[in-house]
Amino acid sequence: MTVESTAARKPRRSGAKRSTTARDAKKQPEGQTELVQLLTPEGERVEHPEYAIDPTPEELRGLYRDMVLTRRFDAEATTLQRQGELGLWASLLGQEAAQIGSGRALHDDDYVFPTYREHGVAWCRGVDPTNLLGMFRGVNHGGWDPNSNNFHLYTIVIGSQTLHATGYAMGIAKDGADAAVLAYFGDGASSQGDVAESFTFSAVYNAPVVFFCQNNQWAISEPTEKQTRVPLYQRAQGYGFPGVRVDGNDVLACLAVTKAALERARTGQGPMLIEAFTYRMGAHTTSDDPTRYRSPEERELWETKDPILRLRTLLTREGLADDAFFAELERESDALAKRVRDAVRAMPDPDDMALFEHTYADGHALVDEERAQFAEYQASFVTAEEGI
Amino acid sequence: MAAEKMSLSKAINASLRTALESDPKVLIMGEDVGKLGGVFRVTDGLQKDFGEDRVIDTPLAESGIVGTAIGLALRGYRPVVEIQFDGFVFPAYDQIVTQLAKMHARSLGKVKLPVVVRIPYGGGIGAVEHHSESPEALFAHVAGLKVISPANASDAYWMLQQAIGSDDPVIYFEPKRRYHDKSEVDTAAIPGPLHAARVVRPGADLTLAAYGPMVKVALDAAAAAAEEGKSIEVVDLRSMSPIDFDTIQRSVERTGRLVVVHEAPVFLGTGSEIAARITERCFYHLEAPVLRVGGFHSPYPPSRLEDEYLPGLDRVLDAVDRALAY
Ligand SMILES: Cc1ncc(C[n+]2csc(CCOP(=O)(O)OP(=O)(O)O)c2C)c(N)n1
Repeated sequence: MTVESTAARKPRRSGAKRSTTARDAKKQPEGQTELVQLLTPEGERVEHPEYAIDPTPEELRGLYRDMVLTRRFDAEATTLQRQGELGLWASLLGQEAAQIGSGRALHDDDYVFPTYREHGVAWCRGVDPTNLLGMFRGVNHGGWDPNSNNFHLYTIVIGSQTLHATGYAMGIAKDGADAAVLAYFGDGASSQGDVAESFTFSAVYNAPVVFFCQNNQWAISEPTEKQTRVPLYQRAQGYGFPGVRVDGNDVLACLAVTKAALERARTGQGPMLIEAFTYRMGAHTTSDDPTRYRSPEERELWETKDPILRLRTLLTREGLADDAFFAELERESDALAKRVRDAVRAMPDPDDMALFEHTYADGHALVDEERAQFAEYQASFVTAEEGI
Repeated sequence: MAAEKMSLSKAINASLRTALESDPKVLIMGEDVGKLGGVFRVTDGLQKDFGEDRVIDTPLAESGIVGTAIGLALRGYRPVVEIQFDGFVFPAYDQIVTQLAKMHARSLGKVKLPVVVRIPYGGGIGAVEHHSESPEALFAHVAGLKVISPANASDAYWMLQQAIGSDDPVIYFEPKRRYHDKSEVDTAAIPGPLHAARVVRPGADLTLAAYGPMVKVALDAAAAAAEEGKSIEVVDLRSMSPIDFDTIQRSVERTGRLVVVHEAPVFLGTGSEIAARITERCFYHLEAPVLRVGGFHSPYPPSRLEDEYLPGLDRVLDAVDRALAY
């Protein structure tokens, strides 16, 4: 399926009947291990028979802008962690193409279930980036309303969200709605039982969910070989749906393949697994020390595949963006960084009494009792200070 | 090696090293325990010295880690598995509760499962969600498991040796915020019984019972109370299953008052069991109801609120004052 053919298709009726079996699932090309690639590390466009795409210059500049701003946001967050403003940060450095490409393939009413590193996808969904920092600063566990952007809260327990994504997709199918779900997880997560179970459920119920595995080669210190002995995308076949490996540092390929997969899902053809083959250029998080387990040469090699650089090469060589564009983007990056910095520094600590909020939707007698006791305890200090 | 000052995490490392050296059946398993030496570096250097067959980097799958450890134990090995953080033990909870805990009974005693599950637990380190929890009561409630937590380096060393030597599954909770606290470890000493509580500070007016990360808070509270002329006895429980009620009872018979302190939520926690038992045993000795200080009935909060959530000096002293006011 090509992206053009998808785009050319008539608008679908909302509530289109979905097939409830995987019978029309597309056959997976056997033994295919090469990456789907549309833009080489040298910035050359290449054709792919199944996943063609023809973005306008404006779209190309838009993808570039997204990646640059996301990288800048990420760098600023890393700096803020170093300055003690954040307790922790999970950098996406190197994974911009995987996230922006897949994120820009989404329709408004699709739904995303992220891990804790999908800052670029959040950007595509219109989540204010300053909201992503609350949990890393330690002032909340989320910070945004998942339903206002169809972008679920970050999930730290590895793999859990793939089942939520599948269930949500089952709900979409039951409703006959014209939407799909995009579930993110890492190569390490592919070992979790929950991920295996989400594959089972999504296949059995033909759920409109696309699994987007960012294989950034490492799960903290463990390389992908410590999680699997077959290429990850091939796992899908055993569950009865297609899997494809895409160059995760190629924003065009990520966009094209994710678009096609989401379209498959929306049109009742069931789940699909995309393995975005990419690289985590930084540490796992700011608490990690990658020098203990990987060589500097490895990172240097991947730097030559930098996702942003290759699109810049294309834009420049084809004359699709001029100096003014790059200069303006630089100014925009600086402004974003400043906005993020100021917002984080101004982020207030939660009120003590927040401890007793939102544990239950309906309220709970024990919480009421503890809240009252705690308030009385806190008040005793004030009373003591006032010398009453 | 005789007495030496070391940090709690170094003591665990030394204990694992001793176990690997003295019994070829001992294995270390877990996420990142090899090259990285664990996210807290507790297993640092062990893979280098004992090889990848003994210190095993596992796939990122907690149910898999505990489930395969059970199989290895059935085959005669003694696996010591690491769960990276407290909040990540739950994918393995099924294996721990339905299999690890029950197989000995189910086999009418024919099968022994000498598996140790090490879990860094508790808060106070400014971490994000699922990295600061104290789920010990969820394990202590399950028959077939032993649940322990050292509060200092010496206990960290010796209790782990004893846990590895035990033919029962042991959940070994490591107070992660005390990993860097140093104290004397005598690796040639003869340790006391694994499940015995210990009076770590004698006193006459009230007993503070605590374990793991809260022992230090209890000792600090006792020292602060002493400045106001109050004599507080501190008991380090060391084991949450079984609990050494005899030692607590003897202490309460002397002091007449008991306050139990832990980080875990108070409701249906370890302190509840202690309060109930001690009330049964010491009804006529008690001058005040047994009080508990601990976490609230809420999810562990974002780190900027953890100082309010965790029992600190003030909340412990407040409970001490309330108990003494009866
Ligand atoms: C159930 C569970 N176990 C362990 C962890 C600790 N942990 C956090 S991230 C991580 C590695 C994840 O690797 P991967 O899935 O490849 O995603 P990446 O972080 O590389 O994007 C681990 C082990 C966790 N968060 N949840």
